[in-house]
Amino acid sequence: MTAMDPILAGLVAGIASQRLRAVDLTNTLSPDFPVIVLPSEFGQCEPFRMETVSRYDGNGPAWYWNNISMNEHTGTHFDAPAHWITGRDVPNGTVDEVRPEDFIHPAVVIDISREAAADEDFILTRAFLDDWEARNGPIPPRHWILLRSDWSKRVGTVSYLNLREDGAHSPGPDATAMRFLVHDRDCVGLGVETVGTDAGQAAHFDEPLPAHSILHGNGRFGLQCLTNLDQLPAFGALVVAMPLKIKGGSGSPLRVIALVA
Amino acid sequence: MSHEKRDPLARLKERHVPPGMRSRAMQAMAARAAMGRFVLQGCVDCGAVTYPPRDVCPRCWGELRWADHGRGAQVLSVTTIRVSTDLYFRGQLPWRMGTVALDAGPVALAHLHAGLTAGDQAEMRLMLDRGGNAALFALPAGKEPDMSDRQWREFVVPVKGRTILVSDARGAIGRALVQALLAAGAGHIVAGLAPPARIADLSDSLLGMERVQSVPLDLTDPVMVAECMSKIPGPLDIVINTARLVRGGGVSADGNLVEQRRMLDVAVLGLMRLVQASAPLLQGRPSAAFVDILSAQALAGDAAFAGYAAGEAARHALLQSFRHEMRATGVRVLSVFTGPSDDEDHQSVPPPKVAPARLAREIITALETGREVSCVGDVAVDAMDRWLADPALYTRERNL
Repeated sequence: MTAMDPILAGLVAGIASQRLRAVDLTNTLSPDFPVIVLPSEFGQCEPFRMETVSRYDGNGPAWYWNNISMNEHTGTHFDAPAHWITGRDVPNGTVDEVRPEDFIHPAVVIDISREAAADEDFILTRAFLDDWEARNGPIPPRHWILLRSDWSKRVGTVSYLNLREDGAHSPGPDATAMRFLVHDRDCVGLGVETVGTDAGQAAHFDEPLPAHSILHGNGRFGLQCLTNLDQLPAFGALVVAMPLKIKGGSGSPLRVIALVA
Repeated sequence: MSHEKRDPLARLKERHVPPGMRSRAMQAMAARAAMGRFVLQGCVDCGAVTYPPRDVCPRCWGELRWADHGRGAQVLSVTTIRVSTDLYFRGQLPWRMGTVALDAGPVALAHLHAGLTAGDQAEMRLMLDRGGNAALFALPAGKEPDMSDRQWREFVVPVKGRTILVSDARGAIGRALVQALLAAGAGHIVAGLAPPARIADLSDSLLGMERVQSVPLDLTDPVMVAECMSKIPGPLDIVINTARLVRGGGVSADGNLVEQRRMLDVAVLGLMRLVQASAPLLQGRPSAAFVDILSAQALAGDAAFAGYAAGEAARHALLQSFRHEMRATGVRVLSVFTGPSDDEDHQSVPPPKVAPARLAREIITALETGREVSCVGDVAVDAMDRWLADPALYTRERNL
């Protein structure tokens, strides 16, 4: 028996024939890629660092390699449920225990780019989602919810983190939106272009940091610092996101792609 | 932009330093000259003051001790050297020297400030030459030295018109330094700004000044350090390392290791990254310098700031090695010790504290008076005095 199952064979043929396109949703992991900034009394996220061990030189005449270091939440990264206190007792809540089936899920892309351009503190609400569904159709279950804010186009500028004297300013959901997506639409997780799933000012919400709190408390995942979401259709993209198998890890930098027809 | 232009095809002028070998007694004099002291040896037995430095009293063979003396002197004779076999002095000719009668007693050979002639009253400075050896320099009495004096410039690090990198211009010390350097006439200031960048950076009036160029710089990232150097227009003359992360905590308790690690990365490896990237640029320059600001905690452990003190001690050691490496290039390596600065890092420390503006002014003074070691503020001056007098006692007293 050498033949591949026809379902897998169709996928392979689709990619080979370019009927299916792979879109890289990952930002380049580099030392100057911004990391989330917390108030100074808290521990801080380490940025990506790379030091060359050898580059065809005396330390390794025929080979090139680097030592790298970073936080689990540096660059384009995955948040596991254990990242948040609400998810501390969720089964399989650390990156090493995420089921491999969860690495591959379809996605719904919700475009908030116009709203985010007009208001850097734009808040995604249940009402906005109701309206979106009325225009686009219902959000199916077991999908990634990808928020296209076009924030990734700000990478490399000071307005990506958008740090003002009163903190960061970037769009994100409120608790009504998160409860709807998790409980009524059974989402796999929330993927965003910003440096966190929550809005820049979400620590000041009546229900603070609702994306982290509600997603992870219910065993859902987060994807942050995504890019190229503007190349995805509202429905029909298949997201492949595989965090590193870090023992007891709360999250992981990763390569994220979407397959689109 | 302030830097000079030169024919790109012309062979770069090689820089030499004065002859290096000196006696052990002369090394002791240089160690004191590095701190700006004016010292001579006096005989414990007969009281005679002697120069040049010797191992025993030339009059009675008694024991000699170093002591600070008055700087007054009178110029006795003047000569102009027009020929030399020494590579360094060949590049400096003609060179004026003279004999001076020191108020302390001895007659000494000294380098002369322009305009000094026989019979003039002089004020003596014990300087370090480009090779780091002690030398006497006579200035006109009661007058400030002229920073354009060709011979004086060989012993000091002028600031006016030069290109200067301030590694962290975000902190209080770095900001004060940028202001002071502007006031002192620096030609071009490269102001390192550690990420994350803030929206407010875009409208910062200091960073927006005409002679100030802000560049992202985090000493924990070798790529950013290299890119910073690549963005400097023209040759780099002076580097002033103001980057530091100050965190409290002990050894067995209260030390947050994530913070301590980052603190040591900025302090120790960060210094090495900055040195490795900038030293090759400084070496080709006349009167180049690398300045590092050290806490007086570098001299002895400090229970309340254990990791920080360890990092400062490591920098102190690194600077000594770096200074040795730079001897043959003429690049001055300056350690500026200070006590707690009056900034957000030292909110838990009671006064006296050093105002960042004062620290900035004294760094410029230390450069322009040719120091290798300088202590700024009462805390650092007191720490250095006590450490020099009795290191074991000082270490105990700091950790009672």
